Amino acid sequence: MGESYSAFLYLIASICFIMALRGLSSPETARNGNYFGIAGMVIAVLTTLATPHVVSFWLIILGLVIGGAIGTYIARQIQMTALPQLVAAFHSLVGLAAVCVAAAAFSAPEEYGILGPQGIYTASLIEMGLGLTIGAITFTGSIVAFAKLQGLVSGAPLVFPGQHVLNAVLGAALILLIVLFAMTGHAVFFVLLVLLSLAFGLLLIVPIGGADMPVVISMLNSYSGWAACGIGFTLSNSLLIITGALVGSSGAILSYVMCKGMNRSIFNVILGGFGTEGGAAPTGPAAGDRMVKSGSAEDAAFILKNAGSVIIVPGYGMAVAQAQHSLKAMADLLKKDGVKVEYAIHPVAGRMPGHMNVLLAEANVPYDDVKELDEINRDFASTDVAFVIGANDVTNPAAKTDPSSPIYGMPILDVEHARTVLFVKRSMASGYAGVENELFFRDNTMMLFGDAKKMCDDIIKALE
Amino acid sequence: MTDTAALAQTAGDLAGNARDLAQRLDALAHQLTALPPPAAHAGTPFVFELTVFVLAVFVGYYVVWRVTPALHSPLMSVTNAVSSVIIVGALIAAGPAGVSFAKIMGFVAVTLAAVNIFGGFIVTQRMLTMFQRKK
Repeated sequence: MGESYSAFLYLIASICFIMALRGLSSPETARNGNYFGIAGMVIAVLTTLATPHVVSFWLIILGLVIGGAIGTYIARQIQMTALPQLVAAFHSLVGLAAVCVAAAAFSAPEEYGILGPQGIYTASLIEMGLGLTIGAITFTGSIVAFAKLQGLVSGAPLVFPGQHVLNAVLGAALILLIVLFAMTGHAVFFVLLVLLSLAFGLLLIVPIGGADMPVVISMLNSYSGWAACGIGFTLSNSLLIITGALVGSSGAILSYVMCKGMNRSIFNVILGGFGTEGGAAPTGPAAGDRMVKSGSAEDAAFILKNAGSVIIVPGYGMAVAQAQHSLKAMADLLKKDGVKVEYAIHPVAGRMPGHMNVLLAEANVPYDDVKELDEINRDFASTDVAFVIGANDVTNPAAKTDPSSPIYGMPILDVEHARTVLFVKRSMASGYAGVENELFFRDNTMMLFGDAKKMCDDIIKALE
Repeated sequence: MTDTAALAQTAGDLAGNARDLAQRLDALAHQLTALPPPAAHAGTPFVFELTVFVLAVFVGYYVVWRVTPALHSPLMSVTNAVSSVIIVGALIAAGPAGVSFAKIMGFVAVTLAAVNIFGGFIVTQRMLTMFQRKK
């Protein structure tokens, strides 16, 4: 196939990928979008296979079969609550693939048309170095994120003295290595670049805590795009450049949205520390001195049944307890009694952007009932019951009233304005930010201690 | 009287100039056709690639801001699948005859990217099916 033909087909594939993202503007069009994405990928692969570079197919078919089988199996088996770690694991694969492609291009530059009279073009070396570095950082960074989300290592931020200095030195060394690599084109610098980037990726994510994972995953999503971009520049392939840029900007926007949801800057998140200094010195009086009103499932059922409107606020605790199905069953019973039930989703609830929405959708909650923070926050004032299940920090009024609080300035769901607030929690422990939630001690608050799923099931029994 | 003479003079000059210019253009055209065709792989593609890159970033920016927050998880998994288009580079590495280091690297990258492509699109599809309107 001629080069103009393949370039043209790559353009069509790029358009398919744009349409795939475009489809996600509404749940109605999203599935068509996904088909566009698949079509784009098929076109891209077939076009490449038809180029004169590709003459031997057996390894390619073997790779596609093995990889395809593994990917299909995992994607079918995975539980929706484990989605964040799955996405993190997938990001690591893109990173590693980018490193492999860069290595292949470095060892056989003639196949990619980047071999000049004096070795590989300098521009290609720079691009290769960048793609390689970002790919390797994505690889180890995503593995750390995966391990934290999967619970293989503690989700707590790991900080040690001199961390920032070490990272800064490593970052500077990486830039220096890319320059040296571009100037000499020497294999030693290639290997050093890989090793140092791998270490950098590891150190970059280790100090970031579990609840900041929405930002981290979005960031790694972005990196995997920029890595593809770097490889695209190296190979002078517009499809890779366009797709990488789409993915890169998508991840960057998601990171921004997540940071805004916590009122923190991206640097603040990357440098870690949230929940470390804040956790050591909780503000306000100690919990032990104050009275908490706790209730049973029967009490909760009585309150819910007599309410005219209920807003459910789910958080990561709901995901951990797999409570979404029981919660839906409970909401259905209330709806049958004529209670108006809606769901309020905080942007950073859960461990990845949109995590709660997917879990509720899995439980067949109609998406029209699921509202974003801006849409629903005014309604709490006119709501009888706010049912907070597995969330804490995102409802804490200290974010608005206490300038000394670590979460001050974070947008919160105003559950305090509801007539009654029900908190389903396993214990009085404070949330990720290590801040006491004074809502627990208010007169109109009732704590429902227990596992989120079990509590919902008990409330269902009491309602029936 | 002198006016018309001067006018005629100017017109004559202009005509001369025009003829001059036409001749020069002709010469230039000849030179152009005599030049060799532009080199296929020189330094200029970078500017072209950069243009493509910057425009794609803009497209990505505007398209992604329109994505409804409820679908941010599928957005993440579909971008993940789509970024595996890096398989294009892997296929070129795994394609040549014979066995080499590059070919093995290509094979590994094809396999990794394939996990991602199949896994990413299927899991996105699973999620989006859940978001269908229920009766």
